[in-house]
Amino acid sequence: MSLIETIDLCQRYGERDILKDINIKVEQGEVLALIGPTGAGKTTLLRLIDLIDMPTSGKIFFDGVDTTASAAVRLEIRRRMAFVLQKPIVFNMSVYDNITYGLRWRGMAKGNIREKASSILQLVDLAAYKNRNARALSGGEVQRVAIARAMAVEPELLLLDEPTANLDPISASRIEELITGIIRQYSTTIIMATHDMAQGQRLADRIAVLGNGEVLQMGSSRDIFAYPRNKEVAEFVGVENIINGVISSSQDKVVTIDIGGTIIEAISDYATGEEVSACVRPEDITLVMSKVPSSARNSFNGIVTRTVSTGPVTRVELDCGFRLVSLVTRRSAEELDLKKGRRVCATFKATGVHVIKREGH
Amino acid sequence: MVEIWRGLTKAVELIISFEPEVMGIAGRSLIIALTSTLLASLFCIPLGGLIHFRRFPGKRLVISLIQTFFSIPTVAIGLFVFVLFSQAGPLGGLNLLFTPTTMVVGQMILITPILLGLTISAVSGVDKAILDTARSLGASGFQTAIVVLREARFAVVAAVGMGFGRAISEVGIAIMVGMNIRGFTRVLTTAISLETSKGNLELSIALGIILIFIALIINILLNRLQQR
Repeated sequence: MSLIETIDLCQRYGERDILKDINIKVEQGEVLALIGPTGAGKTTLLRLIDLIDMPTSGKIFFDGVDTTASAAVRLEIRRRMAFVLQKPIVFNMSVYDNITYGLRWRGMAKGNIREKASSILQLVDLAAYKNRNARALSGGEVQRVAIARAMAVEPELLLLDEPTANLDPISASRIEELITGIIRQYSTTIIMATHDMAQGQRLADRIAVLGNGEVLQMGSSRDIFAYPRNKEVAEFVGVENIINGVISSSQDKVVTIDIGGTIIEAISDYATGEEVSACVRPEDITLVMSKVPSSARNSFNGIVTRTVSTGPVTRVELDCGFRLVSLVTRRSAEELDLKKGRRVCATFKATGVHVIKREGH
Repeated sequence: MVEIWRGLTKAVELIISFEPEVMGIAGRSLIIALTSTLLASLFCIPLGGLIHFRRFPGKRLVISLIQTFFSIPTVAIGLFVFVLFSQAGPLGGLNLLFTPTTMVVGQMILITPILLGLTISAVSGVDKAILDTARSLGASGFQTAIVVLREARFAVVAAVGMGFGRAISEVGIAIMVGMNIRGFTRVLTTAISLETSKGNLELSIALGIILIFIALIINILLNRLQQR
């Protein structure tokens, strides 16, 4: 039995559909990442799952129990979960009191509360701050208090809403480490919302991509990363090269895509005449100075229009008659002397092209 | 100017010498005002929270009415309580008219709108995320309300202070339902009024200073409570 199951879950505010027919299942011990742009409905879904808000329609089952049964049942189920909000709020009291608040509401004995608080403070590395007013802490420390407060109640399901948003890289990395530790040490079932695809990949077993209030795709991070179902998902997971065309021939799943006079070879089940988009990840495009014989089926001459160095990699934009973006190491960029106006040859394999059907055509 | 100076020195004299009648009046004022404030707070703070948290038809109207009653004249309340407790009134059988009890009832009616209105305004100023956080940590409706009141304690304590100030400084109710009986219902405000009408300005000023001094002490105590 799934720990969480939503059936045709809808949320509507006024005339606006925030969530439409959400059907997801989360198994015990699983980590599910909800990814999607701002306004996709991630927070709304988490609030519904935590039973803070009531859905317009649809049902949520927690461990097989219908959560719409009664207010008492909802409170009982809510006490089996914990939710860390996107902008965590700490109560105007000490770190210790903040962390133990949820335990006191559950009527835990004082001795047990002290014991529990002590181990949780160690977990989040805030033992030295336990008597300090939580409102006086930094953003990263507040986030750790919020996670500690949530973990203190030993939730069966932990909901995290953008746990590293608004944090500096060092604090964000500490929070990620903390979440990894929780997953390893407690095997807690987690549903986390993030707009950071890479974070979803690092922490989650499965990913659900949300867009405009719908689940656009759900699966392993590898599936979503390599085989996005549509253009929206492809764009969100970082596929920068989405080239529209028409299948001009198909033989043994090897298709040619006419992108306006130029041909791209790819592997696909789509039939001739189908309007498609060819998705190529920037890191799958190799740049060489001139055409060389290789197994790569796609090879295009182009001119560098822009280069941007970000840490160890350089993003290179090319005009090959159509726009292509490639990611190369900074060292390669230096060796090839990649700069604006430079002529290069871009190559990629037919297997590196993921073909998706164009919607609305 | 001379009279004010004399009043000041007389006040110091009266305070230092613990003049029994003045101490009695001051003590009675304090006890009646504190009792009415405490009793009104006991139901107004939870009720204010309830009005804020519950959705019901006419809520806006209720809040507007409460705010309107902030400025109700004390004599109007005095008259209402007088009618209520007079022999012909519905509570006449209790024989409580012209006792400190009716003064407490009158003051409670006077400060109820202030305590209710300011409590509603205090809790509505609390970040909604506090509510969500409490509920997400498994707080029941009652526990959530306590959290919110605790977060709003600075403003709630200020409301209580305001209520006390209004209670101890009012004169209309004390005169109408207490009748300023010496040694029984005479409080600082009615005593000041009486002494002034007798032309005894020094004593009036001294009593006024004692009244301000009491209000100051209570406010300092409430301030300390807010800091906790």
